[in-house]
Amino acid sequence: MPDRFENLMPLSPRRAAVPLASSEPVRLEGVGFGYANRPDVLRDINLVLTRGSFHFLTGPSGAGKTSLLRLLTLAERPTAGRLSLFGSDVTGIADQEVPLLRRRMGMVFQDFRLLDHLDAFENAALPLRLAGRRRAEYADDVREMLNWVGLGDRITARPQALSGGEQQRLAIARAVMAGPDLIIADEPTGSVDPAMADRLMVLFQSLNRQGTTVLIASHDENIAARSGATVLRLSGGFLREGLG
Amino acid sequence: MRLFPRSDTDLLPREAAGETWLAAVIAVLCFIACLAAVGAASADRAAQGWARQLRAEATVQVRPRVGETGATAAARAAETLAGTDGVAEAVALDRKAAEDLLRPWLGEAVLPDMPLPFLVTVRLDPDAPASAVTLSRALATAGLDASVDDHAQWRGDVERSAALITLMAGFAFLLTAGAAGAAIVYATRAGLMARRSVIETLSLAGASDSAIAWLFQRRFGLLAAGAGAVGMALALLVIGSVRFLGGSDGLVAALPLTWGDALIILPCPLIAAGVAVVSARLAALSRLSGPARRRKRLA
Repeated sequence: MPDRFENLMPLSPRRAAVPLASSEPVRLEGVGFGYANRPDVLRDINLVLTRGSFHFLTGPSGAGKTSLLRLLTLAERPTAGRLSLFGSDVTGIADQEVPLLRRRMGMVFQDFRLLDHLDAFENAALPLRLAGRRRAEYADDVREMLNWVGLGDRITARPQALSGGEQQRLAIARAVMAGPDLIIADEPTGSVDPAMADRLMVLFQSLNRQGTTVLIASHDENIAARSGATVLRLSGGFLREGLG
Repeated sequence: MRLFPRSDTDLLPREAAGETWLAAVIAVLCFIACLAAVGAASADRAAQGWARQLRAEATVQVRPRVGETGATAAARAAETLAGTDGVAEAVALDRKAAEDLLRPWLGEAVLPDMPLPFLVTVRLDPDAPASAVTLSRALATAGLDASVDDHAQWRGDVERSAALITLMAGFAFLLTAGAAGAAIVYATRAGLMARRSVIETLSLAGASDSAIAWLFQRRFGLLAAGAGAVGMALALLVIGSVRFLGGSDGLVAALPLTWGDALIILPCPLIAAGVAVVSARLAALSRLSGPARRRKRLA
C-alpha cells in the first residue's frame, strides 16, 4: 500500500491533547452527532486525516456517512467531542467564519449540484467567483481545468446538455478549481457506469498525487478496495478501519 | 414582460413568471401608494386653506339699544371695527343681504315677517388678525351691545376633520407600503425555498450568508425599483389627467391638486427599492441561519 494511504491514525484520549498541527486538514476527537430528538447518528468518532492522504469512507445506507461529511463541511456541528479543520478547533465556530473554511475545501456530490442556469465555464469558476476573483484573472485557469477533466470542448454547454459522467467531471473541476487543501466527495461514482467510475477514480488519484487530501464516501466497497486507498467503515455510528 | 435584461452570469436563476407577477403586484401597490400620498397632501392643503379662510373672518351680531334701529347699530359697529387694528374690512349686512342668504333654506313666504339678526361681517388682517377679545373690547368701548363669533368652534371641527382625512390617507399610504414589503418578503421566502439547492451549493462553495442575501437584495431591489417606477408613472398619468381636466381648482375645490404634487411621488421607485432591499435581506438572513444559530434556537 502506498505511503500516502497510511495516514489514518485513530486517536487515543491522550493523543487528543497534542497541539493541533496545520498538517492535519481534519481531526475529530470523540465526536458525536445526532439530529434533534433522535438517537445519535455518530458516536465517539476519532479520526485524523493528514495532508496528502486518501481515504474511503464506506458503510451501509444510513450508517452516517453523509452526516459525517456534513460535519466536515460545517453544514452541521458536533453534539459531542471536538472537530478541528486545518489546525483550528471549529467545534463552536460562528456561522460567519464558515465560508472562509469552506473555500479551503472542494466538495463533490452524488447529484452533482451544478447550477443549471450557468454554463460549464461558469460552474467550474464558481468558487473563484465567490472568492472575489475577477474573470480576467481566472479565465485561462478554468479553461485549462476543463481541458484536464476532458470537457475542453463543452465549455459553453449547460449542465443539462452534459452526460452523467461529464456532469460529474464538471463537478470535480469545480471542486478543485480553487486549489483546495481537502476534497470531500459524497458518492461521486453513484450516478455513473463502472467504466466512468474507474475514470473518475483515476482523476481523484491524480489530484491526490498533487498533494490534495481526499476523502470519498461511497457505499461501493468494491471500488474502495480497487482504489488501494485506506478504507474507513462506519457502522452503527462507530468508525473503524478496514472493510467489513 | 421582463423588466431587466437576463444575465447568464447571474448566480441566482431567474423565475420569470413569478417575478413578473410580483412586479405587477408591486407596481399596483406603488400606484395606490402614490395616489394615497397625493391624496394626503391634497387633503392637508385643503384643510389648511379652509382653516386659513375661517381664521381670516369673524361675524358680529349687534343688538340695537332703545331708540336705535338695527341697521344704524350695525353700521356704527362696522365703522368701529373698520378702525380697529387687525381688521382689513368690516361690512354691515343689510336686511336684503341677510334675506338672500336665508332664502334657499326658508323660502320666500316667511322671510318678510321674520325677525333677523343684525350682522357685521369682518375680514381680518391675514398677517396680524385681531382676536375676538380685541373686537369685543372695541365694540364695548364704542357703547355697542354685540357678540363676536370668530368661528373657533366651526374652525376646530373643520381642522379636526381635515386632520382625520390626512391621517387616513397617510395610513393608507403606510398600509400599501407595508403590503408591498410583505409581498416582497413572501416572494423572497418563496424564492429561497425554490432555489434551496442553488443556495446550498453556493454556501458549500464558500459564499457567505450575507453574500447570498445580497443576491436576493439586488434582485428584488431592482425589481421593486422598476415596478415602483411603473406605478409612479401610472399615478403621474392619473394626476396629470385629473389636474388637466379639473380646471383651476385641481380636482375640486375640496381636494385641490397641484402640479407640485407630482414631486411628492418621484421618490417612489427609491422607496420601493429600499423596502424591497430591507425586506429581502431580513427574509433571506432569517432563512439562511447556519447550524450554529439553529443549535442556539433548539437549545
